[in-house]
Amino acid sequence: MSKSYLSLEFIDKSFERNGVRSDVLTQVSLGVEKGEFISIIGHSGCGKSTLLNIVAGLTKATTGVVLLDGQVVDAPGPDRGVVFQNHSLLPWLTVYENVSLAVDKVFSRTKSKAERHDWVMRNLDLVQMGHAKDKRPSEVSGGMKQRVGIARALAMEPKVLLLDEPFGALDALTRAHLQDQVMQIHAELGNTVMMITHDVDEAVLLSDRIVMMTNGPAARIGEVLDVPIARPRRRIELATDPTYIRCRSAVLKFLYERHRLVEAA
Amino acid sequence: MSVTNLNIKSDAAAKPTASIVTLSRAAPPSAGFRMPGFVKTLADNVLPPIITLAFLLVAWEFLCSSPTSSLPAPSRVLEESWALIVDPFYVGQGTDQGMFWHILASLQRVAVGYALAAIAGIAVGTLIGQSDLAMRGLDPIFQVLRTVPPLAWLPLSLAAFRDGNPSAIFVIFITAVWPVIINTAVGIRNIPQDYQNVAKVLRLNGYEYFTKIMLPAAAPYIFTGLRIGIGLSWLAIVAAEMLIGGVGIGFFIWDAWNSSLISDIIVALVYVGIVGFLLDRVIALIANAVTRGNVKA
Repeated sequence: MSKSYLSLEFIDKSFERNGVRSDVLTQVSLGVEKGEFISIIGHSGCGKSTLLNIVAGLTKATTGVVLLDGQVVDAPGPDRGVVFQNHSLLPWLTVYENVSLAVDKVFSRTKSKAERHDWVMRNLDLVQMGHAKDKRPSEVSGGMKQRVGIARALAMEPKVLLLDEPFGALDALTRAHLQDQVMQIHAELGNTVMMITHDVDEAVLLSDRIVMMTNGPAARIGEVLDVPIARPRRRIELATDPTYIRCRSAVLKFLYERHRLVEAA
Repeated sequence: MSVTNLNIKSDAAAKPTASIVTLSRAAPPSAGFRMPGFVKTLADNVLPPIITLAFLLVAWEFLCSSPTSSLPAPSRVLEESWALIVDPFYVGQGTDQGMFWHILASLQRVAVGYALAAIAGIAVGTLIGQSDLAMRGLDPIFQVLRTVPPLAWLPLSLAAFRDGNPSAIFVIFITAVWPVIINTAVGIRNIPQDYQNVAKVLRLNGYEYFTKIMLPAAAPYIFTGLRIGIGLSWLAIVAAEMLIGGVGIGFFIWDAWNSSLISDIIVALVYVGIVGFLLDRVIALIANAVTRGNVKA
């Protein structure tokens, strides 16, 4: 059996505090192909962010292994670009410096200074933030910050792009705009993307496949749904697309009928 | 109906709008136009303290106006210490120097002791902030040591150094170092997980992490410690110099007391207050310049 580009194999994760063991994830196995856009959806507390952190290498799995392009993942590294939920830009650096910090680190040997500068600017232009390169994160809007976060992750030329609820903190209009941008970037560059989300529409709109997680504790993959909608996708046309509606209701049914969050919110 | 309404509205609105536009156009090129605002802010900030000061001086003058008063009134201070006030750069024999030289001698001691405290404080604070083991080992000891009053160290340092000047510098060091250590450690412990994750994903090495993440993230805390430290240093130097003697503002005050020159003491206190205030402002300005933009984004 040939391995997938990104392969999660029998991931278990449990935390132990004061001798009490709590299972977060059990037996999570998932293969992601090169160029594929995968969403992981589930109620809050289902361990989806933990799963992403394991792939990023920021958290260690209790058992199980993550393979990326044939290599075992056991520490964070620039081959897995992470876009954090709250952008995580360094506030004392300008937009440009935030991206160049990553670029200078990753390409210190392979690119000349001028090439690195061009590469920073290309990635900022890709997310349409070139005009604000000398601003500090506090001087730009939330959506712009997240765009810089995406540019920083993309600029590392990661093998896989990990998005941790990247648009969760944004208003609906900004979010839609950024979703379109991410789709466009994905179409242009053909990145492999793994995105955590709790937004059904976002998952269906962006993904090739949607991985639905059952509720924690001891969450596992409940179902994997293919989204056979041709790209490029346009959100207005999709609203009446039968496949879109079918996928959307499949996710909704999974989340709100079979795996409703029972605990009081 | 609606048309009339509209007309009335636009008529009423037209005049103020037009005048606002001309104003904002005229304002940027002519610097003189902003002056009233600038002068007003200045007046708002400077007038109240001047009035308060004048009031206090008058009250003081009144309270100490009796010839049998134990403390001199402001007019007597001016009269008795006039030479001291007008010639701060006077150079005489031994400790008979102008105010400037006394202040300068004190500032030199503070500068050396405080610089050592800043370097050692940031270094040790970084260690404690980074390492749990260092935290557990050092923090309890520091918590006890930092409560020892600065002057209590003086006899011990005199015994160790057998000289007044290094002893005073040591007292400054030991006074200023605790707030720097503690604040640096807190700042480093409070570096958000997000920034640490960014560093991990980028695989920053120890040096890069220190310069690009740790120092900037902890800078506001470090400067809080440095600012507390400079204030305490200035408090301690006056007391220490009273005991060690030589040229210095602390000894000057003590010497003036021994010579019953109460007016000179008052002049010296004004100097001490102003210099302490300036030291605090200088550190605050540096902090502002360094941590510019270092706000929660």
